Amino acid sequence: MRNSVKLAILALIAAGACAVYLFHDLNGSYGYALPKRTIKVLAMVLTGVTIAYATVVFQTITHNKILTPSIMGLDSLYMLLQTLIIFFLGSGHIIIVNKQVNFILSVVVMIVFALFLYKFLFKKGNQPIYFLLLVGIIVGTFFSSISTFFQVLIDPNEFQIVQDKMFASFNNINSDLVWLAIAIVCLVMIYAWRFLRYLDVLSLGRDTAINLGVPYDSIVKKMLVIVSVFISISTGLVGPITFFGLIVANLSYQFFKTYKHTVLITGAILMSIIALVGGQWVVERVFSFSTTLSVIINFIGGVYFIYLLLKERKAA
Amino acid sequence: MIQVRALSKLYGKKSVVEDVTVDIQPRKITSFIGPNGAGKSTLLSMVSRLLDLDTGEVLIDKFDVKKMNSNEFAKKVSILKQSNYMNVRLTIRELVSFGRFPYSKGRLTEEDERMVDQSLEYMHLTDMQDSFLDELSGGQRQRAFIAMVIAQDTEYILLDEPLNNLDMKHSVQIMKILRRLVDELGKTVVIVLHDINFASVYSDRIVAMKDGKVVKDGPTEEIIESAALKEIYDMDIPIQKMDGCRICVYFSS
Repeated sequence: MRNSVKLAILALIAAGACAVYLFHDLNGSYGYALPKRTIKVLAMVLTGVTIAYATVVFQTITHNKILTPSIMGLDSLYMLLQTLIIFFLGSGHIIIVNKQVNFILSVVVMIVFALFLYKFLFKKGNQPIYFLLLVGIIVGTFFSSISTFFQVLIDPNEFQIVQDKMFASFNNINSDLVWLAIAIVCLVMIYAWRFLRYLDVLSLGRDTAINLGVPYDSIVKKMLVIVSVFISISTGLVGPITFFGLIVANLSYQFFKTYKHTVLITGAILMSIIALVGGQWVVERVFSFSTTLSVIINFIGGVYFIYLLLKERKAA
Repeated sequence: MIQVRALSKLYGKKSVVEDVTVDIQPRKITSFIGPNGAGKSTLLSMVSRLLDLDTGEVLIDKFDVKKMNSNEFAKKVSILKQSNYMNVRLTIRELVSFGRFPYSKGRLTEEDERMVDQSLEYMHLTDMQDSFLDELSGGQRQRAFIAMVIAQDTEYILLDEPLNNLDMKHSVQIMKILRRLVDELGKTVVIVLHDINFASVYSDRIVAMKDGKVVKDGPTEEIIESAALKEIYDMDIPIQKMDGCRICVYFSS
């Protein structure tokens, strides 16, 4: 099967999943349920796009197919921020209650942190990217430990609110935020468009990429910033869900067997839309909200991750 | 012409390349020889902008390398390193097509396809162009990478130990192809070699390095000579002339 045919089929399934989610059991509630569902679908599509894009790009620039951008510690930072706010200001504070304020604060903190990290690490010439990842892991673990420390001390009722923030959720999504996030993501995508063709060459390794005229170090830095922006936006909007990217990115590599990033990224995006929208529908209709989507995703993702590790070990 | 002017590279306090000045003649094969750790590969990496240079400058056709646009540079100079780890699975043809990236940015024109066909032909890879690189032997892989560099169609081709891990047959095959690139297509080839006999038989000029410095630089006949080799390698190496080739018999010295 040609890759364009595969993409078309995936696009059809994705559109079908969205349609089912929007119209199944609607009972003519066009005024109330449909707009609510539309916002949810938009949020899921947006999350799918950002996570899939960020993960594929991140794996290409790190030359590693079992990493996710969460290794840079952005999700841990998000959890730390939420925990600290609830601990010191209480769950009734405007930063927690008002979703817009919370979103903008979280996104700004995460992006500023990422930029600061890159600035600091890239100041001294060209450090290998693994050094950045190592610092990311250490900082991320540090953030998680502090979060856990405060979560232990916190009032049990307040902890409930913290716990809600730990898992990505598509319920109660603010519609203004969705539009804002879509606008930012579209602008970044347009900016990143011209770098997309360089990604194919980046996967050949640094030396070959430079030989072929790719300004390697500057492209890698720009891509890292774009990845951080996307991760920050999706985390701020629905919560930590980066693990999900690992599954869709690898499914896309296996399904398309190509080096072309336009195909790989589009495929990963469509797969994540199918998984998120389809999964959310199952959570709502089959489990009737007794579990959350991210629990299911983390479960399936974990199993798949172990499978990948075993497979990579065999290949090596 | 590639002109290297007072080039140095420091790792911490240790200088790996120290104040090297050398001219690479156009339309010739120039071999870099010397003991391990002499700085040959580092020098080649700096000339081809894979490594930043600490001091000095590199001029290519009188243009400063630092000021050149990286895409224009890729149309003038190509470099092939010893190890080429890749994270993707490619066929030979796909890899060779990447050689046209500086020209067409991934969307191949008819002209590009023609160049790819020619390079495959040149490296005798046409029959196996659809096999995957990870299914190939070391020699075939090396030929595929050289084919990519040929498709890149640069005036200058720099190769860092292209004969590593290759058997005699494939080594000879690759050296002959490099010779043809120079004689038939007018390319300039710069190559780091460990086997001085390959350097002696196939190159026009030899640059010998030791401890980060150039110790000898001249036409092959002047370098492949017992006194000069003694200075480079600290070994007494007798030279035998056979069918017009100068062979160094270093095995028992």
